Amino acid sequence: MSEFLVFDGVTKRFGDFVAVREASFAIEKGEIFALLGPSGCGKTTLLRMLAGFIEPDEGRILIEGEDITKLPPERRPVNTVFQSYALFPHLTIRDNIGFGLKMAKRPKSEIDSEVDRMLDLVDLTEHGDKKPDRISGGQKQRVAIARALVNKPRVLLLDEPLAALDLKLRQRLLVELDDIHDEVGITFLYVTHDQTEAMAISDRIAVMQRGTLEQIGTPAEIYEAPVNSFVAAFIGDTNFLRGKVVTATDEEYSQAEIEGVGEIRLFNDRPLKPGEEIALSLRPEKIRIESHAPPTDPGLNAIEGIVEDVIYLGSMTRYWVRVGDQRIAAERQHSRYLLDEKLPSWKDRVWLSWRADDGCVLSDFAVEDTELLSIPPDEEG
Amino acid sequence: MSSLRARHPIAVFATAVALLFLYFPILVLVLNSFNASRYGASWEGWSMRWYQLLFSNHSRDIWQSLRLSLVIGVVASVVSMVFGTIAAWALNRYRTRLQQAHFGLIYLPIVAPDILMGISLAIFFVTLNVERNLWAITVAHITFCISYVALAVLARLQDFDGLVVDAARDLGANRWQTIVRVVVPLLAPGILAGGLLAFTLSIDDFVITFFVKGVGFDTLPLKIYSMTKHTKEMPVINALSTLLLTFTFASVWWIQRLTRTRSAT
Repeated sequence: MSEFLVFDGVTKRFGDFVAVREASFAIEKGEIFALLGPSGCGKTTLLRMLAGFIEPDEGRILIEGEDITKLPPERRPVNTVFQSYALFPHLTIRDNIGFGLKMAKRPKSEIDSEVDRMLDLVDLTEHGDKKPDRISGGQKQRVAIARALVNKPRVLLLDEPLAALDLKLRQRLLVELDDIHDEVGITFLYVTHDQTEAMAISDRIAVMQRGTLEQIGTPAEIYEAPVNSFVAAFIGDTNFLRGKVVTATDEEYSQAEIEGVGEIRLFNDRPLKPGEEIALSLRPEKIRIESHAPPTDPGLNAIEGIVEDVIYLGSMTRYWVRVGDQRIAAERQHSRYLLDEKLPSWKDRVWLSWRADDGCVLSDFAVEDTELLSIPPDEEG
Repeated sequence: MSSLRARHPIAVFATAVALLFLYFPILVLVLNSFNASRYGASWEGWSMRWYQLLFSNHSRDIWQSLRLSLVIGVVASVVSMVFGTIAAWALNRYRTRLQQAHFGLIYLPIVAPDILMGISLAIFFVTLNVERNLWAITVAHITFCISYVALAVLARLQDFDGLVVDAARDLGANRWQTIVRVVVPLLAPGILAGGLLAFTLSIDDFVITFFVKGVGFDTLPLKIYSMTKHTKEMPVINALSTLLLTFTFASVWWIQRLTRTRSAT
C-alpha cells in the first residue's frame, strides 16, 4: 500500500463551527476516492484545503511525502473540476483548455498539440473555437475535465462534477469519467452527495457527517458492513432492528431478542456479550418474502407478519410488513414477473426470512438516522 | 406588434414633440454656426468664416483649453478606472460594516450637489496650501469619477462567477496573472463603460472646476462660459460646439458598433 496522498489530522473551523474534525486518511496512487456525505458535512472544505483555497487550522496534507499544506493553489500538483465548471467565458474552448499550459510558459506548438489531444480525449474536436456559452452543459463539463487534465496533475479533484446535469446525462458522463480515468491513470478525488454516483465510480469511499469521517472502505464494504446507523441509512435503504443479546451461541453466532419481533440469530460482526444492547442493519433485498413458512434451517431467521404497503417498481416490488410493533421493508426481484407464483399483496399474511450473516450488527446507533431512510419505518404509508 | 403601436398617431405626435423639444435648440446652434451674421437673430447666408476663425491663430486659447480638458479627462478617467475597479471589487467581495461605510462614501459624490463638492475641495486645497494647477483640477475630478466607475463595475460584478478566480489559481496563475488574464477581461465592459462615463463627466464639468481652478487654468467649459460674455465670440462657440457634437455622435455610433459586433461573435 503506497501512501500517495495523506491527510494527517486536518481540522478546519469557521468561527465556532467545526467544518472538518481531525481528518486522517490516505489515498492510494491511481485510485478513484470519493468523499461522500450530505451537504455541509465538510467534504467540499476538505477538497478546497487540498486545492489550496482554504488553509487548515491544524494538521498537514502530503503528496508523495511532500508537505503541501502551506503552498498557494498555483504551486500545487493538483487541478480541480468545479461544480459549476467555472470555465473562462471570455476564452474559447481551446484557450480554456490551454490556460494551465500557458501559465506554465510552455511553447506554443506544445500547447497546441496537447490541447488537440485533450479535445480528442473528451470528444470536442469540432467545438474548439467556440466560446463556453455556445456549448451544452455536458460539453462544458467535459471541457472542465480536459482543462484540468491537460496539466497532468498528480491528483484530479472533482467537486460535485455532475450535480448540474440531468439524470441520463449524469449516468453517461459517469461512464465517460471512468473511461477517462482508465486512460490517464491519474488519482481522482471525487466529492459528491450522491451515493449512487460514489458507488458507481469509486474504488474507495469515505463517508462523512458533520465534519467527521465515519467510515472508509470499498463500495461493497460500505454497503454491506456499515459501521453505524448513519452510514447504513445514508447509503441505500435498510431496516434497523434493535434489541438485546441473549446468548452467545458460538464463535460466529449469537441469539438476540428483538423488541416486538422475537428471538433471532445474529452473525458476530463484532464480539458480542449477553445482555448487550444491539442495533442490526438489514437491507430490504436480503429479506425473502413468501406466502408460506420457509423450511427450518438453523442459519435462517424466519418471522411472520402482515403486508401493509406494496410498491411496484418495475424491476422489483417493495413491501412494508408489520411484525409486532416493527415495520420491515423487504424486496422481491422480478426476473419472471408474469409467470411467477402469485405475489403477496396488501393485508396478506407473509413470512420474512433472511440468513443470519446477511444482517450487520452496527457499533453505533442514533435514532435520528432513521430520518435518512426513504420511508421511515414508523410512518404510515 | 411594436411597429404597429409605434405608428399610432398619438405615439407619432408625442415622439415628434419630444424630439423637437430635445434637438431643436441644438439644430439652431448648428445652423447659426454657418450663419454669416455675427448675431444669430437673422439669417444672412451660408458662411464658413466662424470655422476659419476657430482654426486661426485668433482662437489659440480655445485649443489650449480643449487640450487642458482632454488631459484632465484622460488622466482622471484612467486613474478612476483603476481605483474605481478596486473599490468595486472590495465592495462586492466583503460584506463588513466597514464596506457599508465605504459604499456610502462611494455613493456620496453622486448624490451630493456639485457646488458642495466644489466648495469643500476648494477649502481643502487652500487649507493644505496646494498649488491650484492642472493636477489640482485632476484630483478634484478623480474624486467624483471614481464613484461612477465603481458603480458601473459593481453592476458588472453581480453576474461575475467568483469561482473563475479559483479556477485560474488552480490552473497555475498567480494573483497578478489572475487579475490580468481573467478578472480584468471579464470586467472590461463595466470598466470601459465607467471610464467613458467618467471621461464625459470630467470633460463637461463646470461647477467643481470653477471652484478648484487657479488663474490661467481654464478648461473648455470655463473657457466657453467666459467667451459668452463677449457676444462677438458667440459664432465661434457655435462652430466649436458643432464640431464637438459631431465628434460625440461619431464616437457613440462607433462604441455601439463595437459592442454589437462583440456580442454577436
